[in-house]
Order: sequence, then C-alpha cells, then structure tokens
Amino acid sequence: MAEALTGEANKTPLYDRHVAAGGRMVEFGGYMLPVQYPGGIVAEHNHTRSSASLFDVSHMGQIVLTAHDHAAAVKALETITPADIASLAPGEMRYTVLLNAKGGIEDDLIIARPVEGQAEDGVMYLVVNAARKHHDLRYMQETFEGEARFEMRPDLALIAIQGPKAAEVLGRHTDIVESLAFMQAAPATVGGIEAMVSRSGYTGEDGFELSIEHTDAEALFDLLIADERVKPAGLGARDSLRLEAGLCLYGHDMNEFTDPVSASLLFAIGRNRRTKGGFFGDERILKKIAYGADDKRVGIRFDGRQPVREGAELVDKHGNVIGEVTSGTFGPTVQAPIAMGYVPADAAEIGSPVTALVRGKPIAGTVVKMPFVPHRYVRKP
Amino acid sequence: MTTRYTEDHEYVRVEGKTGIIGISNYAQEQLGDIVFVELPTVGTSFKKGDEAAVVESVKAASEIYAPVSGTVTEVNQALGDEPGLINSDPSNGGWIFKIELSDEAELEGLMDEAAYADHTA
Repeated sequence: MAEALTGEANKTPLYDRHVAAGGRMVEFGGYMLPVQYPGGIVAEHNHTRSSASLFDVSHMGQIVLTAHDHAAAVKALETITPADIASLAPGEMRYTVLLNAKGGIEDDLIIARPVEGQAEDGVMYLVVNAARKHHDLRYMQETFEGEARFEMRPDLALIAIQGPKAAEVLGRHTDIVESLAFMQAAPATVGGIEAMVSRSGYTGEDGFELSIEHTDAEALFDLLIADERVKPAGLGARDSLRLEAGLCLYGHDMNEFTDPVSASLLFAIGRNRRTKGGFFGDERILKKIAYGADDKRVGIRFDGRQPVREGAELVDKHGNVIGEVTSGTFGPTVQAPIAMGYVPADAAEIGSPVTALVRGKPIAGTVVKMPFVPHRYVRKP
Repeated sequence: MTTRYTEDHEYVRVEGKTGIIGISNYAQEQLGDIVFVELPTVGTSFKKGDEAAVVESVKAASEIYAPVSGTVTEVNQALGDEPGLINSDPSNGGWIFKIELSDEAELEGLMDEAAYADHTA
C-alpha cells in the first residue's frame, strides 16, 4: 500500500486538482489519475447515481480524421469499423469497434461527425481508449496511408459530468444542453470556455463529456465543482458504474481476438452492414451473425455477497470449466455481486444457471439481462 | 492487554491466551469500502503467516494472514451482514477472528503501537 510510484506516467491538466482534493493517485493507461477521493468508491458511485459527478477522462485519445471529403471519411471508417457511418448526421455520434483483418477488436471507440460549419468537409472526430491510443493512431495511419490523415490531439482535455443532475448543473453555464440528445455533440461556450459538448458517458446515467483546451481544464473543473450538487469521482467508481451499466472495458471484456458478435456488441454493427459486410474481418463476423458465436459475453448475478472478479473460472453443474469472468465486482446500486464473462452459446440464455469458482469455492449465479441497472439516457432533450 | 501489528497491517489484541485479530485503521482506509469478508472456520489451526481470511472491497480482494500461530476459537459472524464494520470500527466491532495462541513468544516479533505508527507514517 502507498507504494512508491515508478515509471514515467503522464499528468493530465487536472493533476493538481486531484491531489488538492485528496485523490489517491494511481497509474492508468499511462496517466496518473485518482482511483478515488477521500469519500471512497461507494460514496462516489452512489453520488453519480443520485446527483452528478465529475470525471477526468483527459487520458483518452482524441483523434481527428481528415479525408478529402466526407464520402472518403465514411469509406475509411466503414472499412475499419462495422458501423453504419454513412447515415451519421452532422452532430451525431456512434459507438463502435476498430477491427483487424481477422474480425478481432483492436479497440472500442466513439465516432462523431462535426456539426455544419464546425470543420472542413471530410473531418470526423474519434475518441479511443488511453491504453490503446498510440496503437490505434499508428494502425489507422498505416491502414489509410495516402487516403486519410489521422492526428492525435494531446492539447485537448476531456471532462465528464455524469448523473441525473448533470443537465441542470451544466445548463446553468450553457444553453446547448436542451438541444442535445444522447449521442449528439456540438460546440458550445460553457461559462466562457470554448468546448465540444457531447451528451454521452460511461456510467449509464444522463451526462455530458466536454472536450476543451488543456489550458481551460482547471477553470472548467472549478466552475462545475463549485456547484454543491457536484463531487469529483475517480476510476474506481467509473469502473463499478460502467459494469452496472453493462458497458465493456477494452482489454478485459474484449480484446484483439474477440469478435463483436461473441462480445455481444451487435449494436456496434450497422443494421445494413450485418448482411453486406465490407469491413475488416467481415467474413468471420457475418458467419457468426448468421450461425451464432460459439461463446458469448453475458451478464451474471451471483447469490450472496462475495464478489466474483476478473479471471474467476465459470463451471457447469459437473464442474467442467466452460468460461471465465472478464469483469466483476460487488455492484453498489444492485447490492449484489455482478460480473461479465464468456460462456458457450448454449449456456448463455437469460436465466441459465452458472457457477463461478472463487479460491476453489463454488459461487452460484444466474445469467441475467444487461444492463444490471437501467440506463437513464435522455433520448429527446 | 497488548496490541501488536504486522507489516501487512493485521493487528492482534491479546487477552489472556486469546488473540483477537483484525486489520488496522490504516489498512481499512487504504482498502476502502469493505463489501465481503471470507472468515476462517472455527477449529482451524494456523501457523504464523498462513492465509486466514480474505477481505474484499469494491476494487480488490486482500488476504489476511495469521499474525501468530494458533487455533481459531471464534469468528465475527456480524461481518456477514455488515462487512462495513471493518471500516467504521476496525479495532472493536470490526474484529475478524479469535485465535488461541500456541506460542506467545511470537508476539515479540511484531510491532507495538509506536513502531506501527512509524511503519505507516
């Protein structure tokens, strides 16, 4: 505990704010970030579900794609992701996955189309995971050399405000709130600060993510935290919130060997593309769509109170290992141990019993529908 | 009544031949909200340093090692419904198990309050 820090982790522009607020700093994705503040993970989790929390997500990779026109940008993105990008209207965002030639997932990401007049024709904005951002940038640059440019924006910070009070709080500083629905984004001035505001997040709650210049990060943090309904929250609460919301964590719940069908991410594949393909790894992925995947990512709720964590083996009633937990904790809102893991398709039906082994001891559970906690996204502002 | 501490932040409070074992206030602060405790079985014998219990927070599972050798005489059943007692009252209501000491001399190898305060400073 309280171990000495090693390595050369980067600091986000909010590092000093985290330390001043008593954040317990850890390295994550190459950055020093607070795992929690003095109130603790459960308090931060509950505050996010009942009011509003601020998360520093400046470690994430913000990448700008520039192609010679919009059609070329769509073509590039529809080659490397299975999403329907052609139908993405200005100011809309889409969640999808970056694919390799075998149909495995290189990363998950958000793609946003600028609003009219925000950027030149052919520009799209991408947000990718911190631990994968340099890899993703290289991968896309190499794939589309001479066709499209990809540029990292290390000069940008990202602050998320999440929770049922987020809209009210943010609405005091900008009028963009009422014109954004879930998965829409637009540039706006927030308390005098130029921001790209999106209605999105990683908690299952209503909320916003604000992309801003590094130099404005402290001022925006101070502005939002000054509201008594808002408290800062760390990586610990972010993880328990996203797990209850049934959202995947790259490198845990899926990786470069997992295809999106097995990962139960069919919604990341455009409807019109599920039969036509035309993206990397389409042969394998279309086959899985048509005939079903061997193993599927499922949600599991366990009896009792003992957490079942990543790496725990899942067994059938005869004790044969059939799969593994990829994320798991005690869900503070659910008030029960919850997990995601992979099981064979014939054991993946909702209601199927499944047993986990924790330190050799069997823990009984049931495959349940995700999310574990209903999403409260605002589809119409 | 003496209390001794290990480097791994377990305490043992000695009352006669019985050692009452739990984790220090410093340890519970570091672990955060405790959501589950795996208790040992009464009658189990441990050697000093054996894994005796597991304390789980939202974030992680942490093994609790027997600070001294002996046989488990009682476990804190209240932690089944209220594992947060370890956070709210680690040294009294949040005790984890009691052990009948088999070798009191082992206590001399552990830290007293002052030494433990230095250890966690």
